[in-house]
Amino acid sequence: MATMPASASDLLKSFKLKTKQQELLIRVSILCLVYILAFITRLFSVLRYESMIHEFDPYFNYRTTLYLTENGFYDFWNWFDYESWYPLGRIVGGTLYPGLMVTAVLIYRILRFLRFAVHIREVCVLTAPFFASNTTLVAYFFGKEIWDSGAGLVAAILIAVCPGYISRSVAGSYDNEGVAIFALLFTFYVFVKAVNTGSLAWSLASAFGYFYMVSAWGGYVFIINLIPLYVLVLLITGRYSMRLYVAYNCMYILGMLLAMQIRFVGFQHVQSGEHMAAMGVFFLMQVFYFLDWVKHMLSDTKLFQAFLRITVTSAVAVGGIALGLGMVSGYISPWTGRFYSLLDPTYAKDHIPIIASVSEHQPTAWSSFMFDFHILLFLFPAGLYFCFKRLSDATIFIVMYGLTSMYFAGVMVRLILVATPAVCLISAIAVSTTVKNLTVLLRSKNKVVQTGSTKGSGGSKSSSKALLDQSQPFQKNGAIALLFGAFYLLSRYATHCTWVTSEAYSSPSIVLAARGAHGNRVIFDDYREAYFWLRQNTPQDAKVMSWWDYGYQITAMGNRTVIVDNNTWNNTHIATVGRAMSSYEDEAIEIIRSLDVDYVLVVFGGVTGYSSDDINKFLWMVRIGGGVFPVIKEPDYLVNGEYRVDKGAAPKMLNCLMYKLCYYRFGEMMTEYGKPPGYDRARGVEIGNKDVKLEHLEEAFTTSNWIVRIYRVKPANNRW
Amino acid sequence: MEAWIRARVTLALTLFALLFFVSRSSPPRQFVISNAERRIDLSSHIINVHLTLKVENTGTRPASEVVLTLTPTEVDHLAMVDALAIKGKRKKTTSVRLEVKPTELPDAPPIDAKYFTIYLADPLNSGESTTLEVLYVFMHFLEPFPAEIAQSESQLVFYHDTALILSPYHIKQQTTFIKTPSTKVESFIRVEPTNRVGTEIKYGPYEDCPPYSISPIHVHFENNSPFAVVEELVQEIEISHWGNIQVTEHYTLVHAGARHKGVFSRVDYQSRQFSNGASSFRYLLARLPARVHSVYYRDEIGNISSSHLRTNSLKSELEIEPRYPLFGGWKATFVIGYGLPLQDFLFESSDDKRYLNFTFGCPLIGMVVDKLTIKVVLPEGSTDPSPVVPFPVEHRLEAKYSSLDVIGRTVVVLEKKNFVPMHNSHFQVYYTFNPIFMLAEPLMLASAFFMFFVACVAYIHIDLSIRK
Repeated sequence: MATMPASASDLLKSFKLKTKQQELLIRVSILCLVYILAFITRLFSVLRYESMIHEFDPYFNYRTTLYLTENGFYDFWNWFDYESWYPLGRIVGGTLYPGLMVTAVLIYRILRFLRFAVHIREVCVLTAPFFASNTTLVAYFFGKEIWDSGAGLVAAILIAVCPGYISRSVAGSYDNEGVAIFALLFTFYVFVKAVNTGSLAWSLASAFGYFYMVSAWGGYVFIINLIPLYVLVLLITGRYSMRLYVAYNCMYILGMLLAMQIRFVGFQHVQSGEHMAAMGVFFLMQVFYFLDWVKHMLSDTKLFQAFLRITVTSAVAVGGIALGLGMVSGYISPWTGRFYSLLDPTYAKDHIPIIASVSEHQPTAWSSFMFDFHILLFLFPAGLYFCFKRLSDATIFIVMYGLTSMYFAGVMVRLILVATPAVCLISAIAVSTTVKNLTVLLRSKNKVVQTGSTKGSGGSKSSSKALLDQSQPFQKNGAIALLFGAFYLLSRYATHCTWVTSEAYSSPSIVLAARGAHGNRVIFDDYREAYFWLRQNTPQDAKVMSWWDYGYQITAMGNRTVIVDNNTWNNTHIATVGRAMSSYEDEAIEIIRSLDVDYVLVVFGGVTGYSSDDINKFLWMVRIGGGVFPVIKEPDYLVNGEYRVDKGAAPKMLNCLMYKLCYYRFGEMMTEYGKPPGYDRARGVEIGNKDVKLEHLEEAFTTSNWIVRIYRVKPANNRW
Repeated sequence: MEAWIRARVTLALTLFALLFFVSRSSPPRQFVISNAERRIDLSSHIINVHLTLKVENTGTRPASEVVLTLTPTEVDHLAMVDALAIKGKRKKTTSVRLEVKPTELPDAPPIDAKYFTIYLADPLNSGESTTLEVLYVFMHFLEPFPAEIAQSESQLVFYHDTALILSPYHIKQQTTFIKTPSTKVESFIRVEPTNRVGTEIKYGPYEDCPPYSISPIHVHFENNSPFAVVEELVQEIEISHWGNIQVTEHYTLVHAGARHKGVFSRVDYQSRQFSNGASSFRYLLARLPARVHSVYYRDEIGNISSSHLRTNSLKSELEIEPRYPLFGGWKATFVIGYGLPLQDFLFESSDDKRYLNFTFGCPLIGMVVDKLTIKVVLPEGSTDPSPVVPFPVEHRLEAKYSSLDVIGRTVVVLEKKNFVPMHNSHFQVYYTFNPIFMLAEPLMLASAFFMFFVACVAYIHIDLSIRK
């Protein structure tokens, strides 16, 4: 009987964990919680609306994924799509990044194999949140690699809820970026790990990470330019090492070979201007290594200096000549417009209206930085300060990543996404270091105060201690206050992120919700109404002309052939549609007939007050159309430099096809109480041309809130 | 139009054939119909024909088989034929349901006609008479004319028939009443005496009609009732012994009336609802069982937000609105799904079997279904399924893999063509099931997690490094 309590306490003792184990337990449970949090915070849209695909591009991805599940990989790889870009078609297999679709189908197959009867749509909807969860894990390890595990944990938490990332990874946002950010961060992490360890295995892993990134998103160009830049900086700052040599060479060569397997990239990887930096740095690396070897062999420094001069000069000269020859002969293609517009933010505005017309390509406003980063915007410089204080290969990398991506984020709204992981990591360093310093201060104070109080009664030593201690209560209180401040800020951050996610980033944009007069939720489901009508009630081979924004959705949901879509690869084709929309009806009908169009679809918000409709996008149709066809002149549509639709509008505006299609029979419609009929609620004016007559087109369908209007092209009259 | 011509030609041929063959043919002559009354209801696109026959046995021996005759076009569109024997007089009448089967007459005249035989419960003795009530239900029988209409026009349809009832028996006296949905009748053929009062056209009475006599007529009238037809309905009833029945119904709905032509104008449709798109329809009502839960209404591209569910303790009504109003020729496909409590539908029979008792039919009210497929998904591990359906259906077995299924579930598939609401009735599926199978899936999940943790523990404790 007597032994029982002893064995029980032994048992208890064996259950009691050591400090290290406790720390591990806390770390693992925090990571698990963060993993789950990152997933569930992205489910607002599913709970508010339904499990559906959002926006525009995801519909294309969804359609291709469906094709992949139904027809297998080889058909997908060789897929020529007749349903878009009529009559040109599109080589889908060769013009997309297949990483996302393959990933989703792989998950789908695994789940199916494990006997979970899921639908591919659900897999697609939840792919982005799932990868966001994985990104938090990568962020943890990355943070651990560049700073310590505390910073890693904070980074994981920050990135889990950061709005800049959530904007592209909510459930249903089935887009390349969803998996690409994971791939990007993973590649960087593994590369930094390779540089730190000089291990061939990690370097190989980073090559594969890079391959995955290339297969998933065009943003891989950022990696293939940032890493050489980083290597270059290390070389210049004299941090060249064998570790760097192994890491970069292996990563570059293998990564290049793997990336060339993606058809959309192919030989671009060795031929296009965007990839030249990496190749240049690769050769520079070899020169460095060679010089190192020569230096090792030659004991004479003078001789070496001379040799160095000759080698460097000739290497640079050879490189320059090769680049020049390549450029001139056309073997190396120049930079693309998109790349130029990154380096020069005003470039697209002047030269490529099709890039400038996309809202997510606009330069970022300060408010959206605040919106997407919140306190991270202030923590970021602090983190940079800490990084500079403890400079290492890893921190140099994160600093460079942070600074370059911040610049790109300033140039284009959508690139905030690329900057987010860097901002989170650097801010995490700031938070973690600050909190750590403060707690250390607090703890050491406690100890000192304790020792002070116990030894308080004895001798002269205590008096000197007391002198020292005088500043301590203030310091301690200050530390506590600062800690509270930090926690307050972090909690504000959490609140802000949740609010932004639920309010701004969780609406699918295909279904519009508004508050009714009595506070109830009104749903405008007009897009799907129209697409489903097209799908069910038009001939299978009908061709639909619309502005390119709706192309992907029409093919995915309406299952009909479109003239142009969101893959804006052929500017002339888009310009033709823009020209048709901005011409008079009898001119437009020529274009429409020549494109073999059966239905014309326009989006119109005049009844509901929906502002992103085709009338508001009309200026881009004119600009893009006019850019290719000088017949279309923008000033013809303007009055005092403004697009107007009321009585004061330009005559060409009042009679162009787009105007007619949007406002056909709108003049009879009472939209708002106390306003004349034909009052456009989106623009707040009474329309100028209420008597719209159509000659060659007829109304085929208008949705219940008039948001989508579809017109049928009448067959040509007999000539006799 | 073409169908109409075809019908006329058929009738003419029939008549022609009759002239030649009636005299020498010998149909079962022991019956004479002393009085026949026919009421044809044309108010919707489902045509109900009520035929009251007073049959008298004039033969020498007792007979129990009364023959009905229909033209082949009628048979093609026939959804249902039902016969009742009326017993008793005046207020104390009782009706007995009789068996009706399609037959071939061995001594039939070689005319183009199809026969059905009613088997009387008790043979009719010589000289006796009895009253039979026959119900025919036809679908897709009204022919829109004109075949294409614009949005503002109302829908006109043709109805073809004969003024005299086609019968192998001598009919002493007969009358036909045709009820149209409104007083708007464009034209109809008179066969004197013919009389039209309000919404009713009366043909007859005609006296002493010889066997197989006909007299083709047509009625051209306005019918704006929604011609809603479900081309295909696949209803999947999945039984889970954990307490739930999940029903999923896939509809292909079409407006089978006159095709819509030209413009669809939303202004006109919104502001002048009655004069515009009178034959179109927007709302459908589904009557679901009581205690229904987790109802959804969606299609291939997502949820459809326009639906209302009203429930009370006796029944649930789901009012749904397709994404767009349906005009002639327009289609819509959608899915309705709901869950039901198991104990309301699953029972145990005396011989240790279980059976599902469910309604055979389409929950949408007043809907004609061209092809109705009911799939009863039995729980994994159930055996000996046997369906019991009150009318003839095709049935077969399939297998289905749902979540965490290893051997697959048995699916009883029942198929019925030309389904009309009058068919609604209960059917049963009997099967044996051992409750131990219910534990299979939870055990599988539990063991999978257990294996995972064991693997984790093993991974932590095994040292995999090469160097020591």
